Amino acid sequence: MFRFTCPHCGERDVVEFSYGGDASVVVPDLAAGEEAWFDAVYQRDNPRGPHVEYWHHVAGCRQWIRVERDTLTHEILACGPATGRMRPETGGEGA
Amino acid sequence: MSGNQPNRIPDFGRIGRDEPLRFTFDGKAYTGYKGDTLASALLANGVKLVGRSFKYHRPRGVFSAGVEEPNALVALREGARREPNTRATVAELFDGLVAESQNRSPNLKYDIQSLNQAIARFIPAGFYYKTFMGPFANTRLWMFFEKIIRKSAGMGTASGEADPDRYDRMHAHCDVLVIGGGAAGLSAALAAGEAGARVILVDETPRLGGRLNQDVYKIGDLSGGEWVEQTIAKLTALPTVKLLTRTTAFGYYDGNLIGAVERVSDHLPEMPVHLPRQRWWRFRAKQVILATGATEQPLVFGNNDRPGIMLAGAVRAYINEYGVLPGRRAVIFTNNDDAYRTALDVMNAGGAAVAVVDARKNPRSTLIDHTRGKGVTVLTGHAVVNTHGHFELQAVDVAPIDGDGAARRLDCDLLAISGGWQPNVHLSSQTGAKPVWNDKMNCFLPGTPKRPEASAGAAAGRFTLAAVLSDGHARGTQAAALTGHSLDREVKLPRVDAETPAPSEALWEAPDPATGHPKKFVDHQDDVSADDVRLAHREGYVSVEHLKRYTTLGMGTDQGKTSNITGLAIMAKLRGQPIPAVGTTTFRPPYTPIAIGAMGGTERGQHYKPRRRSPMHDWHQERGCEWIPAGLWDRPRHYPLTPNETLRQAYVRETKQTRQSVGICDVTTLGKIDIQGPDAAEFLNRVYTNGFAKLPVGKARYGLMLREDGQVYDDGTTSRLGENHYVMTTTTANAVAVMAKLEFYLQAVWPDLRVKVVSVTEQYAAIALAGPNSRKVMQKIVDIDLSDDAFPFMACGPCHAVTDAIRARLFRISFSGELAYEINVPSDYGRFVWDALMDAGAEFGIVPYGLEALGNMRIEKGHVAGAELDGRTTADDLGLGKMLSAQKPFVGKTLAQRPGLTAPTRKKLVGLVPVDGKTALPNGSQIIELADRDKPRPVKMIGNVSSNGFSPELNTPIALGLLEGGLAREGDTVLVAYPLKNLYIPATVRNPHFVDPEGKRLHG
Repeated sequence: MFRFTCPHCGERDVVEFSYGGDASVVVPDLAAGEEAWFDAVYQRDNPRGPHVEYWHHVAGCRQWIRVERDTLTHEILACGPATGRMRPETGGEGA
Repeated sequence: MSGNQPNRIPDFGRIGRDEPLRFTFDGKAYTGYKGDTLASALLANGVKLVGRSFKYHRPRGVFSAGVEEPNALVALREGARREPNTRATVAELFDGLVAESQNRSPNLKYDIQSLNQAIARFIPAGFYYKTFMGPFANTRLWMFFEKIIRKSAGMGTASGEADPDRYDRMHAHCDVLVIGGGAAGLSAALAAGEAGARVILVDETPRLGGRLNQDVYKIGDLSGGEWVEQTIAKLTALPTVKLLTRTTAFGYYDGNLIGAVERVSDHLPEMPVHLPRQRWWRFRAKQVILATGATEQPLVFGNNDRPGIMLAGAVRAYINEYGVLPGRRAVIFTNNDDAYRTALDVMNAGGAAVAVVDARKNPRSTLIDHTRGKGVTVLTGHAVVNTHGHFELQAVDVAPIDGDGAARRLDCDLLAISGGWQPNVHLSSQTGAKPVWNDKMNCFLPGTPKRPEASAGAAAGRFTLAAVLSDGHARGTQAAALTGHSLDREVKLPRVDAETPAPSEALWEAPDPATGHPKKFVDHQDDVSADDVRLAHREGYVSVEHLKRYTTLGMGTDQGKTSNITGLAIMAKLRGQPIPAVGTTTFRPPYTPIAIGAMGGTERGQHYKPRRRSPMHDWHQERGCEWIPAGLWDRPRHYPLTPNETLRQAYVRETKQTRQSVGICDVTTLGKIDIQGPDAAEFLNRVYTNGFAKLPVGKARYGLMLREDGQVYDDGTTSRLGENHYVMTTTTANAVAVMAKLEFYLQAVWPDLRVKVVSVTEQYAAIALAGPNSRKVMQKIVDIDLSDDAFPFMACGPCHAVTDAIRARLFRISFSGELAYEINVPSDYGRFVWDALMDAGAEFGIVPYGLEALGNMRIEKGHVAGAELDGRTTADDLGLGKMLSAQKPFVGKTLAQRPGLTAPTRKKLVGLVPVDGKTALPNGSQIIELADRDKPRPVKMIGNVSSNGFSPELNTPIALGLLEGGLAREGDTVLVAYPLKNLYIPATVRNPHFVDPEGKRLHG
């Protein structure tokens, strides 16, 4: 059971969040062409290791945040707002 | 008192002899004492046969004194509380306990299935698989035999009734969580607690102390038991320490979360009304100390499963903790020093130690000398090779381990065995720390920690009391320090006698006797023998994971706690590889079986899925509506006039009355999202396919949303309430998802847009009024002019409802195709305004209509809804292609233009009516060509029916569907096929706008 440091609320249990997909995907400009949109909608890496992903704090501040998680060890490496700087996890209770 | 408990020994044990408890086993009455387990009480009463084995139905007895028990599985309690497959060794005795043995028919002594033993050589590992997947595959033989086999290869049966008990959830945080309350755990908890750390100590048993309750020890001037009591008193006095007994930590999860189940009431005769049966704990700990102890491993030899054969440490537990001597004449068979204690304890309790059979050639230690000095025969370099007796052990055959020398028979009624102790590495290995094999100790030790945890005591491979106590203390001190707590004084540990045991020597399988080849069980619960392991090896199942699945080794309720190591050691030997090369199977939670009720906790029934109710809910209920769930919402389906009125009669009546005069409908469940900000218009322009930039204030517009992949996502009306203020409606089903998506776009994709969104679904009650008389009714309660000029179709605006005190929003929108309004008022006024509209409509015969009539009227109008917006349809498929703006980009536009989504062969929305004008066209039906009616199957499916209803105006069943060719086939007859019900209905393709296709009625 992960814990994320929500940049708005602080350290919270994963049950307050819902997963929102790969955050390394850049949503293209609406007018962008088929190739850009095809990549954004369908192409995904499946990394073994660090992975930046979106989580939605639905049972909290309702903000989308980004979390860098190691898919192998489940270690939470950094958290940050949907856009802007990520902060490394300092390892609070039971990191 | 012990007259009726022949094996109870005076002055031993920690049981309450002044509290006798009555219980029954297989209908026979017995007496035990407070503090007994069911197993200790049965043994005290001389009951040795407690179960039949899984496959061969061999007689089995109590094998252990703890959670590792493979044999003594019983059903506890009766009725709805009946719990099968419970280990008698951990079931606490209470007055009136009813227990039953399992897997026997008709009873334990005369079990018809025990004949399986006679054919045992024909049903080895993999028998069923080979038989039914091999020569008899696809013959239906398995289907015939399955019932018989499932019954005979059996565990207990569940009650079949709903669980009557309650379960609770608890969350706790601490600096140091200590798992295990034996010598190491108590020592660690004391060190951490005295340093000032917040400590929680959990132990799965009712009595803290672990082996200190089960072995004879001296700690300083105290007995082991006295030291435990003294330490508990010290811990209890510390304000930051919490002790939890009967609490099993079963799983170690990410974020140092430990899952545990506390059995609050299982040991009580009646479940108290104020307490749950069990509590599910989630501990978040900064540091975890795993003082989980070790499990004694058995030895594998001929007929090693008879009742009366028991782990050596379990024998000592029954003597010292429960005051029960399980046999009068004991033979001890071991490969290590520890089991010698059993010989001494048996003698101390008044029994005879016939011999210690030691597999080691030449072990030397003071304990061995001491045992010899007490007159016990010690046979070194020997093994037990066979046993005798049926329902109970009568004798064992002992032979030199090298195989040259005759066997000798030793009469005995108890055989205590020990293959050494295996640290309980389950929790640490669940974190991904791979256990490490230790060649000197012949056991796995915990791997390098991957989390803030440390193993202590026997769990870390420390097997002398002095080492256990100092290790516990050191780990406790260290864990406290890591959380910022330390003691400023030196702690002096109590003095404990040094032990210098001779090293153990691995003996994974004893030799066969000189004649015969008796079964040697590795896994008692699953009836897996050493021969089965060899068979798996011969047939190529040589990895531990394959060995497990092929033979079922370790797959029982005990999860191989006394069999996995031996099984893999035998396999390693067959492969000619060291044990670490063969590895272990993966340890997964739970450590011991857990009731599903405990997992569910309080989230059952209505608490699992809360119901959302509209402010008018009680009105609908009073009116006698039939309810239908819509997501989490309850919605009225229809309002029967009489108990005999059918669903169809009711919704047709509601449809008719609405179209002829006026109807009222609760539409609160539609999602309502308030959108504000200077860039709100631009935002809507991006998420909707059609233009919103030029929507004037005071107007509503129907909008269509696509997914990014170009398929239709959702639809609804959005109204402009002010220059920078809109309110969007969504379908009931997608309200939550659309809200999350809008937030995503605003926060993650277009953070530069100055727009805020908030869900106001629950803040407003929404009431739709439809029908030619709706204006007259609505005009009575609102304070604005509703004439066509002042408030035309698609107008919206603020007003007051009923009184000046109620601020409302009025929309002239229509789903039914009639002149219609929707009014939104603050939720608290919903019922009041509804009542006012019912009064105002009385003179027009206003009719409340439910979801069925609502759906029916939109089908009559060819409006799409959830059944058509199924994630596979494009705007063009639904006849909404003209809503895709060519003037601006929008979400989904690019991919909507892909060839596959614009192909002319796609299925498109059509209307359908049955040719006979009578037969309903069921939802989910496939559409095929009329010409294919009698052709051999399969034939091409050219479409499907998505929604259906009955049009009173056309006096025929109607339906919407998706059909290849779409309206180009208008007028054709096709076949609506529903093969499950053998329905093949000729239907005519029509324009989906069945009623008022010109839309005249909207304008009243």
